[in-house]
Order: sequence, then C-alpha cells, then structure tokens
Amino acid sequence: MEDLEVFRVHARSWLAENCPPSMLTPLVEDEVVWGGKRATYPNPEAKLWLDRMASVGWTVPTWPKQYGGGGLSPAEARVLDEEMKRLGCRSPLNSFGISMLGPVLLEFGNEAQKQEHLPKIVRGEIRWCQGYSEPEAGSDLAGLKTRAVLQGDHFLVNGHKIWTSYANFADWIFCLVRTDPGAKKHEGISFLLIDMDNPGIRTRPIRLISGASPFCETFIENVQVPAANLVGPLNHGWTIAKRLLEHERRMIAGFGERNRGDGRSLDELAKTYSGERDGRIADPVLRDRIAQHAIDSQAFSLTVRRAAEEAKSGAAPGPASAMFKLYGTELNKRRLELVLEAEGTQALGWEGDDFTRDELQATRMWLRSKANSIEGGTSEVQLNVIAKRVLGLPD
Amino acid sequence: MALVLSSDAQLVRDTAQQFFAEKSPIEALRKLRDTRDPLGYSPTLWQEMAALGWAGFLVPEAYGGSEFGLLGLGLVLEQAGHTLAATPLLSTALIGASALVLGGSEAQKQEYLPALVEGARIFALALEETPHHAPHRIALRAERTAGGYRLSGEKRFVLDGHVADTLIVAARLADERIVLLLVPGDARGVMRTRNFMVDSRNAATIRFDGVEVAEDAALAGGADLLDAVLDRARIGLAAEMLGSSTEAFERTVQYLKERKQFGVLIGTFQALKHRAAAMFCELELTRSAVLAALSSVDDGSDKIAAFASLAKAKACETFFLVSNEGVQMHGGIGMTDEHEIGFFLKRARVAQASFGDASFHRDRYAALLGY
Repeated sequence: MEDLEVFRVHARSWLAENCPPSMLTPLVEDEVVWGGKRATYPNPEAKLWLDRMASVGWTVPTWPKQYGGGGLSPAEARVLDEEMKRLGCRSPLNSFGISMLGPVLLEFGNEAQKQEHLPKIVRGEIRWCQGYSEPEAGSDLAGLKTRAVLQGDHFLVNGHKIWTSYANFADWIFCLVRTDPGAKKHEGISFLLIDMDNPGIRTRPIRLISGASPFCETFIENVQVPAANLVGPLNHGWTIAKRLLEHERRMIAGFGERNRGDGRSLDELAKTYSGERDGRIADPVLRDRIAQHAIDSQAFSLTVRRAAEEAKSGAAPGPASAMFKLYGTELNKRRLELVLEAEGTQALGWEGDDFTRDELQATRMWLRSKANSIEGGTSEVQLNVIAKRVLGLPD
Repeated sequence: MALVLSSDAQLVRDTAQQFFAEKSPIEALRKLRDTRDPLGYSPTLWQEMAALGWAGFLVPEAYGGSEFGLLGLGLVLEQAGHTLAATPLLSTALIGASALVLGGSEAQKQEYLPALVEGARIFALALEETPHHAPHRIALRAERTAGGYRLSGEKRFVLDGHVADTLIVAARLADERIVLLLVPGDARGVMRTRNFMVDSRNAATIRFDGVEVAEDAALAGGADLLDAVLDRARIGLAAEMLGSSTEAFERTVQYLKERKQFGVLIGTFQALKHRAAAMFCELELTRSAVLAALSSVDDGSDKIAAFASLAKAKACETFFLVSNEGVQMHGGIGMTDEHEIGFFLKRARVAQASFGDASFHRDRYAALLGY
C-alpha cells in the first residue's frame, strides 16, 4: 500500500510537470491522437504530450519495459489512471495497436515480432487496423475466404475485407486469412501482419447512417507478405482471433463510459428539455426509465470493477467478456435513446444553426451507437458465447 | 469496497451453504407448510444457527456478538435463499439487532442483545399498515401517558410477527414525529393473527388496542432510525433474493441440459439459450449490487440509502425474471406442486413486496440522486 502511495506522489508530480496546458482541457473530436506515419496534429501540444508519455512508456502503462511499455503493475496503472482523471489529462494515444493487437502479440507473438511491433505501438509510430470481417463473413467470421498461399519465404494474399475501421489512415493491418481451404473452417485460418504500404492494397471508406465514414472496405490483390509475419502456428489463427475479440469486446463495452458527449447526465437533459417539478423530472415515465437506466449502469460499473478485482493481475479476459460487450453496448444504446427522448425534436436535427453543437452530436452518436451491438460480434453472438462457454448449454 | 470475498467471508459462505443444504432443504419448508406448523419455522434449527454465531454478526462483543458485519450476515442470508429456509435471520439477526445497536440505550442493549445473540428471543418489525410499502405513512398512534405510551392501531404483514417475543412498533406521536417502541409480543391489548402467505413464510396482522408500555420502551432516532434499519433490511433481503434467484436459475439451466423434446435437448434451442444468457447477465449485475451494498454498511459509507435501493431494485427485477422463466422453461412439470421450482415463484413475489418493490426503489433512487 505504501509503495502505491509513493508511486501516486511520483505520478502526480510527473503529470503536473509534463502535461501541456491544452491537454488538460476536454478532448475535442479532431484532436484525438491515433498516431501513425500519416498522423497530423492540429494541436502541436498533442504530439508533445504523446512523445513525453511514450518516453516513460505510459501510453501503455502495463506493457513490459523491454518493449517500451511502462512496466507498471495493474494496481500502479490504476493509480496512474486515477491521477490522470483527477488532473483532467487527455489520453495521449488511442489505438487498435494498444487495445487489440498488442495484448495478443504479447501472448502469442515471437520475440522478433514483439521487438519489432510493440515499441512502435507504444510511441504511436504505426497505426494498425483490423482485417477480420468480409462481405460473406460477418457473424460467421470463421467463414472468411481471404486466401494466403505460402510460397517459399512469403505468403501470397488475395481477398476482400470489410468494416476495417480507419483502414484509410492505417499503416499496417492484422488480418485473418485462410491458409488451408481443405480443413474445417475453424482449422484452416492463420493470423498475419501485413504492411499496407503496397500497391496491391486499396481502401474505400463506407458512408454510414450517421453521415460519418469510420469503416472501410479493404481490397488485397496479389500482395506478398514475408512468412515471418505469421503470428502463432500456421492454421492455428482462430485461437488468436478469438482472444483478440475478447480484448476488442472489452474495448467496445467501454465506449459508453468514454463517449459521454458534453458530459451532461440524462437527468439534467430531461429536466432542461422536458421540464422540472419540485426538483424532479416532470414526466414520471421518463423519470422512471432514466432511474432504471441509472441503476443498471451502476450495477454494470460495479460488475466491471468486480471482474477486474477477481482477475489475477494481468489475466486475459475470458468468456465473460461477452457479457461486458453485450450489456455495455445495450446500455449505451438505451442511454442514447433516452437522450433523444429527453431532448425531443432538438435531438432530431441533422445540421444547421437551429441546433446546438451538442444536440447535433447527440443525433450522430445515437446513430453511431447502433453499430455497438453489431461490431466486434453482435449481441446475438455474445448471447451464444455466454450460453455455450459460460453456461455450458449444448450445441 | 469489498467486491471480492476474503477467506474469512468465504468460510462463512461455505459453512452456511453446507448447513442449509443439509438441515433446511426446500423439503423442510414444504413440511412446515403441509403440517400447518403453528410456528412456521424450526426453533431447533434457529438454535443451531445461533450457536454458529450468525445471530450475533451485527452485535458488538460487549453484548455477546462478534460484530463480523453485514457482509457476513448477507452471505448467510444468500445461502438461506438457496433453500428458501424459513428462519428468523432477517427479522431478528438483522432487523432486531440493527434497531437495538443503532437506536438502543445502554440498558436496552444489555437487556435484549445477549438473548438475541443466543437465539433465545425473536424480534419483528411492525411497520406496514397498507398493502404497499410506505414506511412513513404511519397512522398507529402512540399517546403519551403518565408513565410512557399507549398504542392504538393495526399493523399488517409483520414478518415473524406471530412468533416474536419483542415487537418493534413504528408509531406516530401527537406531534407527528415517528417513534420506534419495543413492545412485548404478549403485552395486554396485543392481538396477533397469523397470515398464511403464498410463500409459506411467516407474517402476521397485529392489532394494538390501548397497549401500554413504559417510557424506556422507546428507541432513539425516530424516522432516521427507521430508515437506517430499513436500508439494512433491504440489503439483507436483496442478498437472500440473490441466493434464491441463483438457485432457481441454476436449476433451470440444469433442466435445459436434461429435458429432451423433438429428439434433442431443449438447451440446444437458441430461443431458450438467449434467454438463459440474458438471465446470467442480470444475476451478475445483481451480485455486484448486493456485494457493494453489503460492504457499504460495513464501511460506514454515506451512500448506504442509494446502495440499498440499487440492490433491492435489481434483486426484485432479477428474481421476478428468473422465477417466471424458471416455471416457463420447466414447462408442465413446473406448474406442479410436486416440483420445487414453483416455490421460488411464490417466494419471489413476497420478497419483492417486502421493504419496497422495484418501482418503489427506482423512485427512491431517483430522488436520492436529485431528480
């Protein structure tokens, strides 16, 4: 305990000295730092903050120091997080390398792969994207068809990926590929790292119902990939794929916590837009549903916390991550539906001066939230996972 | 906040689990029901429970208890919930002990607590006057007399009220304040009628016809004491409901793995799998809420009221869901009295109605959070 307090004092003073002033202000959408070779920094202090945090490994506090991480214990990382929240520090770097690829490279990668890729993730030098879904392989992910044929010291890869988030900004893609078309569908898959700086790779953004285009299609044509970029054994990529999905589900489950818009709570919105009587939300039905949501949210947060306490330090998330993905995303969707209901027609604008920036953002976030229960495995897939792997119900 | 159990707490849970499974399976409740047992609980069993120290978990050592805490008592209640054991744990070890520890004078503590810890005295909180939980809607009058108070009015749904040695009566004074008074169950003017409830557990309607008690019958704290005692009762009952819900759920999942129709196990049907998985999530959330609420009391948190409403609201919704799905997924056999799943349905509704149902606690939670 005492050591933790020593660390807290150290973290507090380091953050206070090193965090640039504008990095202590609430994050605005176009200043989110994803890193990568083509990253631009509209606010130069964001780059400064990234470099300073990366220099001590605190962009990824729990990764081992030998790969550039902070080498902190989970308890120390929690203290660092608390201190950052207390000061109001922005997250210095946000990336799929940190939340998805890194953890599986640490678990399944060979030493050379860890040495090559992890430090670049820590420093935000390489931006990764995820090559999982295909037009014919959505919920049935293991039905993927992208082919990789081993030819001596390299694979020749051909295929078509979809829903690759931010592929148009990414430098590398971690990809599920079929390496044995004769085997059962789960047994002929491999996990491959591919440099996208190749004329055989094209990306095309997809416009979504929210008007934004966070996802792309990615076309891979006759791309040669060094055999050394295979992670884990050949044809055993499905195990890695599933583990990475557990990390992804944890990340998506947390979206609701992080994307709170302007920070106003549902009850404040309801009072502001639909009226207040004696200090209460005037509409008793809306009030009841907001209370119900608040109760479920708090019970969910407590469950996330309980799971973290139960997990041995650094333990990988298990099948229960399906529950967090399912419940967290459904809660977030419920919250945004309640925002819409509370704000009435003010939350139904698309653009223009008749609506505030926050109102317009609420509309777009409501639309965006519909993907939360689809991406990373639909809610129905999560229910299947819980039924099979947690409850042991028969196939 | 302890969301993970210490080894001491695990030991309490394991002991309780074995105790109730061996000594008070659902069969025991069925027998109390079918023989129309006049007490509705087993005094021998209660003696054994007291001998294990459970009656004294909330009582300081000076009065014979261990002050182990509400988390420990909650774990025992949870295990009692698994077998629907009818015992005075809630009325006496939790409510009686809390009222005396929080509101009792030194003399009252010395008089009542050692006997409570030994299992020699049963308590009951006489509060409700209407069919819905309305803790501050009290019409029963306590008039001042030369030597104390005179009580007139009626209480309903008094848990363990027909067997209690001491009634803790919520009454209204002439100046409209609320007072809790300790009244002997056999005092002159007390008329008790046992209620036969759908869950075969114990409650009574009690009339107070000019019942006289002395000055020193009053506990200190009034409405604040009542609220503090009720929050502990809500949290403890939520723990019991968590145990019952978990048991009903596990029995149902087991049935899905055994029952065949159309030549296959019905657990292969996605329509049932998804509903089972959804129940699993609700149970996990309920467990977190209950653990947080139990430890909020032991930690002396200033948010006990909100945690109590959180835990009771979740426990009510989850027990409602799981008890209904339990009967539905068992199909025809679930409708029979011979099968035990129906006992959970019946217990669920009574537990939901005790100390505030889900909508009561959503309303209260919203008010506590300022909306």
